[in-house]
Amino acid sequence: MSTTTTDRITKEILLKAPRSRVWRALTDSKEFGTWFQSVFTEPFRPGARLNGRITYPGYEHLKFELVIEKMEPERLFSFRWHPNAVDPSLDYSKEPTTLVEFTLEEVEGGTLLKLVESGFDGIPLARRADALKANEGGWAEQMVAIETYLRRNP
Amino acid sequence: MTPDREPAGLESSAPIFAALGDATRLKLVARLCQGGPQSIARLTRGTPLTRQGITKHLRVLADAGLVRGRRLGRESRWELEPHQLIVAHRYLDLISKRWDVALRRLQKLVEEGSV
Repeated sequence: MSTTTTDRITKEILLKAPRSRVWRALTDSKEFGTWFQSVFTEPFRPGARLNGRITYPGYEHLKFELVIEKMEPERLFSFRWHPNAVDPSLDYSKEPTTLVEFTLEEVEGGTLLKLVESGFDGIPLARRADALKANEGGWAEQMVAIETYLRRNP
Repeated sequence: MTPDREPAGLESSAPIFAALGDATRLKLVARLCQGGPQSIARLTRGTPLTRQGITKHLRVLADAGLVRGRRLGRESRWELEPHQLIVAHRYLDLISKRWDVALRRLQKLVEEGSV
């Protein structure tokens, strides 16, 4: 299930794994990096400001910053960042951040994970328009990559 | 989406949401949505505000790039400028899709042990 307004993104996913496992995958910066396709300079802890780097092939030059807010064991993990701050030539530090909150709930069959990212109304519209342009470029690259792959692996 | 031109206010920081954060202006946008382009006289009808009051609100919306006024003879007709709303929604869709991909990878990690 997911809902969208102009200010926030809300998602829910049922994970067939114990809450302790999901907590580790979210708050161990190495594990976070495996599914988020990035590496971090240090462990996550409340108040920490850390640098991340994308590990997704072709995007390795992209860096971003996380500021960890809350870590309530197996219940709530939250951080702030500049969404889509992927242009190395721009200074995003003066712009408002969005808040990303993961909430864990034990349910039958596993863990219900809720994700809320909020605060988009504060992001300058020009940035959002730029992101859309960049994304269309990204898709064009992906299509070329797929085509190349298929040609080499018939 | 590549904007074919820069609407008013695109360079400044998100005035669109400040403009919409007012009940009267939100109603004006809704009326323009439903009724199409219309005059200030028609937009004032049924509200407790004066023409000047409505004009002031329309100016705020116009500065945010949400509406535009067009002169037709002696009267201005106001209409929606939907471009900025489209940008705001498409941007959120983009970030939303990225989370879908990331969460599927997280699911694979915790359920199958690797991504």
